[in-house]
Amino acid sequence: MTEASAAYDGYQADFERLQGGADAAGVPAAVISLRQDAMAHFSRLGFPTTRLEDWRFTNVAPIASRAYALGNPAEIDGAQAGRLLVPDLPGPRLVFVNGRFAPSLSSVGAVPAGVEVRSLGDTLAAGLEGVAPHLVSLAGVPEQPFSALNTAFLQDGALIKVAEGVVLDAPVQVLFVSTAQGEAVVTHPRVLVIAEANSQFGVIESYAGLRDAEYFTNAVTEIDAGAGSVVTHAKVLRESLQAYHVASLQARLDRSAVVTSTSVTLGGALVRNDVGAVLNGEGAECTLNGLYVAGRNQLIDNHTTIDHASPHCDSHELYKGILDGDGRAVFNGKIIVRLDAQKTDAKQSNKALLLSERAQVNTKPQLEILADDVKCTHGATVGQLDNDALFYLRARGLGLEHARRMLIDAFATDVLDRLGYAPLRTQLDRALLERLPAAADEVPA
Amino acid sequence: MLEITGLCAGVDGKEILRGIDLSVGPGEVHAIMGPNGSGKSTLAGVLAGRPEFDVTSGAIQYQGQDLLEMEPEDRAREGVFLAFQYPVEIPGVNNAYLLKAALNEVRKHRGEQELDAMDFMTLVKKQLGVLQMNADLLNRPVNDGFSGGEKKRNEILQMAVLEPKLAILDETDSGLDIDALKIVSNGVNTLRSPERSTIIVTHYQRLLNYIVPDVVHVLLGGRIVKSGGKDLALELEAKGYSWISGAAAEVRV
Ligand SMILES: Nc1ncnc2c1ncn2[C@@H]1O[C@H](COP(=O)(O)OP(=O)(O)O)[C@@H](O)[C@H]1O
Ligand SMILES: [Mg+2]
Repeated sequence: MTEASAAYDGYQADFERLQGGADAAGVPAAVISLRQDAMAHFSRLGFPTTRLEDWRFTNVAPIASRAYALGNPAEIDGAQAGRLLVPDLPGPRLVFVNGRFAPSLSSVGAVPAGVEVRSLGDTLAAGLEGVAPHLVSLAGVPEQPFSALNTAFLQDGALIKVAEGVVLDAPVQVLFVSTAQGEAVVTHPRVLVIAEANSQFGVIESYAGLRDAEYFTNAVTEIDAGAGSVVTHAKVLRESLQAYHVASLQARLDRSAVVTSTSVTLGGALVRNDVGAVLNGEGAECTLNGLYVAGRNQLIDNHTTIDHASPHCDSHELYKGILDGDGRAVFNGKIIVRLDAQKTDAKQSNKALLLSERAQVNTKPQLEILADDVKCTHGATVGQLDNDALFYLRARGLGLEHARRMLIDAFATDVLDRLGYAPLRTQLDRALLERLPAAADEVPA
Repeated sequence: MLEITGLCAGVDGKEILRGIDLSVGPGEVHAIMGPNGSGKSTLAGVLAGRPEFDVTSGAIQYQGQDLLEMEPEDRAREGVFLAFQYPVEIPGVNNAYLLKAALNEVRKHRGEQELDAMDFMTLVKKQLGVLQMNADLLNRPVNDGFSGGEKKRNEILQMAVLEPKLAILDETDSGLDIDALKIVSNGVNTLRSPERSTIIVTHYQRLLNYIVPDVVHVLLGGRIVKSGGKDLALELEAKGYSWISGAAAEVRV
């Protein structure tokens, strides 16, 4: 028996327990069959290999070659969760431990009428009515093996639904914590965001590991942005440095919707962030930003796809990477402009800062432009710390380490500026500094 | 204060400074003049510790310490300040933030208490007035998008705030109009004191009308070929460097 088939057998066995065991009692038939379809897709697709263009630089063998057990609910204390949440943001908070909703750590508080912030598990217990037709409509289950696998194990997650015209002042925080410590555990976090017409709100989605352990997070987030809605989304990834994290964020923007998603990736041994947005109505505007740090033994892969399916839509992408040691990064930015998507304005930029000679980045813009009256620009740069700037700062009395950090921070700052929430920025500034290499050994000669 | 003896330095194996001897006493103002490429910025850079320059022989004593053994940041904390000929643009680093960090490094080193944001602003505002500088420049990224004159004033602002013991101004006058030149000179003169020394590197005599030097040196081909009083600058202005080149040729024989 090959290692890969051990992994498949493991998932199959867990799947059968989920569908037929005590957990399945009372699960609506619609949910059972949704999972069943997804499992069939996963079995057919299998894990991707580097022979596939979309996975050329990212070998998922560490994930595919071993069996991961489904995470179990666990207790963590409130202070631990509190440290991982963003302080000074009064909005609702949903906390999940090992993929399962933790009511005692969560607080929804008073939300305006027409707003639902709750566990998806509770919702699913009553069937798909509350979430259809949004759930699974964007995840690409028939084509994406990881999304299929996530959906096959659909059990819990976060549901955020904001009714037409409702504005939330403070963002909703969704936190997924892993308590894994040695045992190979997988979780399948799921977030569904439904923004009805002209609603406006923010979502901060965070992933963190409590211990420096090897585990696998397989997340799917769907954002359905109705006409004129404004959704500001942030994804904060602070998984363990040994963890594997594969995530798909898929958004659909209706007429004049504005969606901004900024991801900050500070952890994980192997991270794959797939972000896709379909601009499905005239005048929609989508901004994707990303900041990632890839240090020793890390591979951070960001794949974005922006599908301009309607005229007069704008998209902006700014990704920045800080690479150190033998860290590797992949950025693949696909922009599709459909035949009738005239007056499209798409901008894409990916910049990498290499702090070491062994670090490596593979960047590929992919433009498929079928319309003729469009503006599309893309650019990629790879650079090192500016030695003149470094000397300038030292000549003003700043120590070498201080000067380096200041310059690295300066590189990252415009992405962090786009996060939208000052307390989150403050928290991530600090987290970034902690993550930055104190690598005196990597100082350029 | 500063004692340079037999200094030879270069970059990538190319010799630029070929035996510099220079002694600057406390409170003195020395001007170093010379045509383009004579090695003025190299000398300034070696004093500040610019890593790409290799010192091949000679010594520099600064306040009784071996300057060449010190890291650039330690030199700065000990009171060496280089106003760059070409101040570096640093997008993403706030000008006031850097200035405050720099000041607090110096203060920590001197055993003084670090300044908080309020006290710092009070101090800076005062200097802004002296330099007739726009306060907006504080909240912009360091030198990023500054005009040439703004960059030079920003260097002088840093100097005024950091109160160095040895200030080295590398062509701070280049590119300044006469009004800016007066303001910058005023800034430098305000700092003049019996404990503070200044080295003014310049191409033109003009600045020396406003900051009157005690000694003028002529640097040519990596050597100081002539030293004299402030009148030497006027003589250079009138006769040009070729007059000295002849003299230098004689020196070399
Ligand atoms: N970093 C460097 N790399 C190579 N050559 C240099 C470098 N810095 C200075 N030089 C050379 O050294 C000589 C002196 O330069 P510099 O000290 O800048 O002169 P000045 O400031 O008097 O105009 C010039 O020929 C210049 O090209
Ligand atoms: Mg020069």
